[in-house]
Amino acid sequence: MILILLIAILLLGGILAAISARWSAYLPRWISLAAIAVDLVLAARIWTGRSLSASMAWYDEVDWNWVPNFGIHFHLAVDGLSLLMLLLTFFLGLVAVLCSWTEIREKIGFFHFNLMWVLAGIVSVFLAVDLFLFYFAWELMLIPMYFLIVIWGHERRVYAATKFFLFTQCSGLLMLIAILALYFIHHQSTGIYTFEYSDLLGTTFSRGAELAIMLGFFVAFAVKLPVVPLHTWLPDAHTEAPTAGSVILAGLLLKTGGYGLLRFVIPLFPRAAHEFTPVALALGVIGIIYGAVTAFSQTDLKRLVAYTSVSHLGFVLLGIFSWNPLALQGAIMTMICHGLSTGALFVLVGGLQERIHTRDLDRMGGLWSVAPRLSASALFFSLASLGLPGLGDFVGEFLVLIGSYKVSVALTVFATLGILASTFYALRMMQRAFFGQNTNSWRLADLTPREGLIMTAMILGLLWLGFYPQPVLNTFAPAMDHLQREAQMPAAVLRRLP
Amino acid sequence: MNSTDTLALLPLLLLAATAVVVMLGIAVKRSHALTATLTLIGLAASFLSVFAVAPLVPRQVTSLLLIDGYALFYLGLIIVSAAAVAVLSYQYFAKHDGQREELYLLLLLATLGCGVLVTSVHFASFLLGLEVLSISLYGMVAYFTGRGQALEAGIKYLILASASAAFLLFGMALIYAATGAMALSSVRALTLGGSSLALLLPGIALSVTGIGFKLGVVPFHLWTPDVYQGAPAPVAAFVATTSKTAVVALLFRYLAAAPQQSTAVFFLFSVIAVASMFAGNLLALRQDNVKRVLAYSSIAHFGYILVAFLAGSTMAAGAVAFYLVAYTVTILTAFGIVTVLSTSEGDADDLEDYRGLFWRRPVLASVFTAVLLSLAGIPATMGFVGKFYILASGANASAWPLIIVLVLTSVIGLFYYLRIVVTLFSAAPDRQFSMQRLEWGSAFVLVGLAVLLIWFGVYPAPLLNLIQATIGRLN
Repeated sequence: MILILLIAILLLGGILAAISARWSAYLPRWISLAAIAVDLVLAARIWTGRSLSASMAWYDEVDWNWVPNFGIHFHLAVDGLSLLMLLLTFFLGLVAVLCSWTEIREKIGFFHFNLMWVLAGIVSVFLAVDLFLFYFAWELMLIPMYFLIVIWGHERRVYAATKFFLFTQCSGLLMLIAILALYFIHHQSTGIYTFEYSDLLGTTFSRGAELAIMLGFFVAFAVKLPVVPLHTWLPDAHTEAPTAGSVILAGLLLKTGGYGLLRFVIPLFPRAAHEFTPVALALGVIGIIYGAVTAFSQTDLKRLVAYTSVSHLGFVLLGIFSWNPLALQGAIMTMICHGLSTGALFVLVGGLQERIHTRDLDRMGGLWSVAPRLSASALFFSLASLGLPGLGDFVGEFLVLIGSYKVSVALTVFATLGILASTFYALRMMQRAFFGQNTNSWRLADLTPREGLIMTAMILGLLWLGFYPQPVLNTFAPAMDHLQREAQMPAAVLRRLP
Repeated sequence: MNSTDTLALLPLLLLAATAVVVMLGIAVKRSHALTATLTLIGLAASFLSVFAVAPLVPRQVTSLLLIDGYALFYLGLIIVSAAAVAVLSYQYFAKHDGQREELYLLLLLATLGCGVLVTSVHFASFLLGLEVLSISLYGMVAYFTGRGQALEAGIKYLILASASAAFLLFGMALIYAATGAMALSSVRALTLGGSSLALLLPGIALSVTGIGFKLGVVPFHLWTPDVYQGAPAPVAAFVATTSKTAVVALLFRYLAAAPQQSTAVFFLFSVIAVASMFAGNLLALRQDNVKRVLAYSSIAHFGYILVAFLAGSTMAAGAVAFYLVAYTVTILTAFGIVTVLSTSEGDADDLEDYRGLFWRRPVLASVFTAVLLSLAGIPATMGFVGKFYILASGANASAWPLIIVLVLTSVIGLFYYLRIVVTLFSAAPDRQFSMQRLEWGSAFVLVGLAVLLIWFGVYPAPLLNLIQATIGRLN
């Protein structure tokens, strides 16, 4: 029941926030903050109280009949993988509410309504283990996100939001067709109509059908992740979204893509995924390098940060398709740490834009002298982003590289070049924006206590993940074993690629 | 015909009787409210009689009409949507002077025509129902004789509908010549039995022209945008939902399984479906008039319905039924909103009329957003479940090319629905909406429809059970 509660609190909190805006501009903010905090506590309680016997796949689950005519269940379940994603969701949810505290001044109630509902959608995506329910949540989280961009976004918001919606909807519908194909193929071989994840595992296909259906799923997740060349919605959407929107997009929506690959693509279609591995790995490496190089040449600070996401999530793709324990642990670490470090960078860029009303790197410079705390935070997160040892991102990317080394040496070498390139863009960003002379004689306030609180929390998080990632890895381990068993493709079976 | 037969016809008889009562009522005393009330009472009685008749089915009444679960389901849908149109019409015409009462008379007759269509199993009743429907619609579409657009729409509809009826009649004659039968069941059996193709195929093609015109599918779609735009909003709602529902129901009875058994028929309908999906969605992209957007989107939606028809799997009949309910609810809500926002000067159909609506009338705009999302097939609306059902029936029959076209074109469609959504939510601080007082009746209808739209979108099982019980097997 606690899983229903997690979603219901967000949905109700959103409605309350929308209504309460009539009386006070601060009520919606406090209500949202409180609702997400309660959810964070509930999720943390699952985390600390968890005990998983070997026979049980889930820590907790809810299974109701929903549309019996089609064999659809309202089935939510949580394992280590979804639990980690939930914790990240609620943490970044708090950050998103806090960072829009002063940025959003209009239509506050409706803003928080959308914020809460997009979080509810994301939580449902991470919990759904009925494929119909998963698709339902997958589409549903789009709409509030669309509104966040289109109403509170920047100059080209309509263009960016529409592009975002069309890309995800098109790929989502392909996934729906793939889900239906899976549903009917499973029915042909077993005589049972079901969308249940655990029932669909181990469905037998013809080779061509498996590959086609796998690609249907892959495209949907690849658009979200994003995988080059399906990434073009990302820079626009991230840049035009309000800060909270960027934080949620980068920190959470992209992770739903990685989550989908881990949860569905490889376990449901192990053979097809195996055949597809070389392509996926290559796409991952292309993403790493392309994202880093493109980020280097951006002059819009927010766009720069957006492109770094393409690069970091290339590591996630590389890790997932390497499919050995090290690489998978690396992928999950990268997903979480990218959420923190990139989320923090978006908060900082949003704070800067609120102060100086530009995101243009050429118009910045010398900001360190006037806003040292803000600049120091930016330096910290840039270093995290470029993979400084001791911070979480390093752990993730390093584990991915060790894991992928076992699969393909050549691709690992190129991926490592991507880390090198990240040094260039991160340092360039620091130099252009914060170091040097304050030629434009900017005068701006340093971090407010509220922003300081966000930064401190995120810095501590990254340090913790960097120095002591074991709790995360321990949580993920049983889920990972389970996924690998389902995929019937332990690391040893994986053929070494040239 | 014995008394049980008469009883089985009760829904249709009540509709006809109401028409007579309303006519006499107008002769005695001209009162808008009274006429509308009588109409609603008649429709309610007819709707209740559907349930009373339910234990008697299936029952063949003469060789013309068949009252079965299938017919009763669609009768119920038609009567309910006609009642919604009647309530909206009351709101719409309340602010107009002149003789408004005859509209309800025409509405009842058109509903009767639809009722005959869904129960008909014979060419004679088919044509009879179609003509009763069409002739009432001419009057309804051109009801504002003072408005140029309405006259244009009426004339266009009159000429094209007559021409297509003539095609249909000729097609029927050819089929009769080839098979010697006029009852749909024997026509179908003989057709698929492979008698003289030389006469049959042209016959089918010509009757498809008649059906295609009523559905407004490509290439018979040219009247749709003008008629939607010119007709009063509630009438446009009737044209879009009730009349098309009746024709689809008939098409399914007439040609079910034909696409699977005849390559020529399959090809014919595939071309129509694909062309409708593309043309409807592409042409809607450049429209700035909400009623025209709805017209083009309806072309596309009937293309989607044809996909299920073509797939013809065991799920198809249920998919079509569900989609029609979803479409009816959605479009009635859409035109309901247009009705509510319209003034006596003209209908609120320009996209600019809707700019910033959310910040002034949040409930109305939220309902409209739900409508647009439902048309786009986004989850938590009936439109999604309908589209899911159609995709499922397509996938079940492995009709991959058709469902891929459906998916691609519906992504195009998403673009113009989003455009309207953006307009609803964009900032327009100083705008005043010139709208009349919301009558409690239309408020009730709008809220009721919106609740259905979401309720069956989230929890479709009750409706699916009803369809399963009346129309046939699902899986």
